[in-house]
Amino acid sequence: MSDTNVQRRQFLKTSVGAAAVAIAPGMLLFDMAHGKSEAVSSKVRWGMLIDTASCADGCNDCVTACNKENGLSGGLSPTDSQWIRKVELKDMRGGRTLALPMMCQHCEEPPCVDVCPTGASFKRADGIVLVDKHLCIGCRYCMMACPYKARSFVHEPLHDQKPDVPRGKGTVESCTMCVHRVDKGQQPACAEACPNKSILFGNLNDPESEISKKIRTVQSTQVRADLGLNTGVRYQGL
Amino acid sequence: MLKRIAMLLAALCICASAVATESYGMPKLDVGKGGQCVEEPQWMRKNHMKVLLHERDETVHKGIRDGKHSLKNCIECHASLRDNSVLGRADSFCEGCHRYQAVKIDCFECHSSKRQSSNHQPPLVQKGSK
Repeated sequence: MSDTNVQRRQFLKTSVGAAAVAIAPGMLLFDMAHGKSEAVSSKVRWGMLIDTASCADGCNDCVTACNKENGLSGGLSPTDSQWIRKVELKDMRGGRTLALPMMCQHCEEPPCVDVCPTGASFKRADGIVLVDKHLCIGCRYCMMACPYKARSFVHEPLHDQKPDVPRGKGTVESCTMCVHRVDKGQQPACAEACPNKSILFGNLNDPESEISKKIRTVQSTQVRADLGLNTGVRYQGL
Repeated sequence: MLKRIAMLLAALCICASAVATESYGMPKLDVGKGGQCVEEPQWMRKNHMKVLLHERDETVHKGIRDGKHSLKNCIECHASLRDNSVLGRADSFCEGCHRYQAVKIDCFECHSSKRQSSNHQPPLVQKGSK
């Protein structure tokens, strides 16, 4: 092979490499800025594993983070929305106390979806249970059907909603598992805010994900497992 | 001959309709940052609601957020540079036209009318400086 040919090859190799290095970050940024163009699929099922042993008594960070992320008032009156709340449990005989966050459990067989007369309450292919507020008529059947009391109704007109989290009077709402963050590849706000990392978020359908590995090795419970809803949120040490 | 008359009539019609759209006191809108729109402006005036309706279902139910036609992107470019909003004044990008046409906008009962990137700017009043 002549010397020119070798040089030419070398030149082509380096220029292809340089082009790849120059283009790759741009493509990544484009993807990040424009979000996914593919529909979510049932290959993924988002879920959470909550470690009640490390969930600190009196800590409210997950609730505060949720309120901030989703633009909730944080008020506690009967007409204020609560997407996540801290529940304290006490064994009356033994005296053992437990604290845990309770929110929409993102059931595989959600009763709220079964009862919805308009199709507003629905489960996304990746297991996140949502309300399509364009379709919601505010009948609140889903609130009555939910065994976890996870949903709230917006009673008053709202102002200054978050651009990523539209909310409005006359519709029902609940934990969205921070769907706008999940679609960007981030974690839900509560999981990120927990100082003890008690909330583990991940893909239950991927056997190699951290959450699946942990569920295989530690004992975890679904709240009201007797209802057979197969919740996406599981509790450890309950 | 007939063909010529037809052509003349067609040309007249086009001119007349162009003049008509200019002259009925159409609102002069504050287009914000403006720039190249995702579609032809005239097409968007007619069809923006259909596009938004179609893409909202794709986004809410299927999680498709590449959003060439997302409401958030409309607002990002077209919110006024004065108050970061598409509502509130007679020349606001959404409200101006909707007032003129007497069509109620429901979008902003739930959706934010503010430009998202405006949230990252520091607040005008610092904490604790009452």
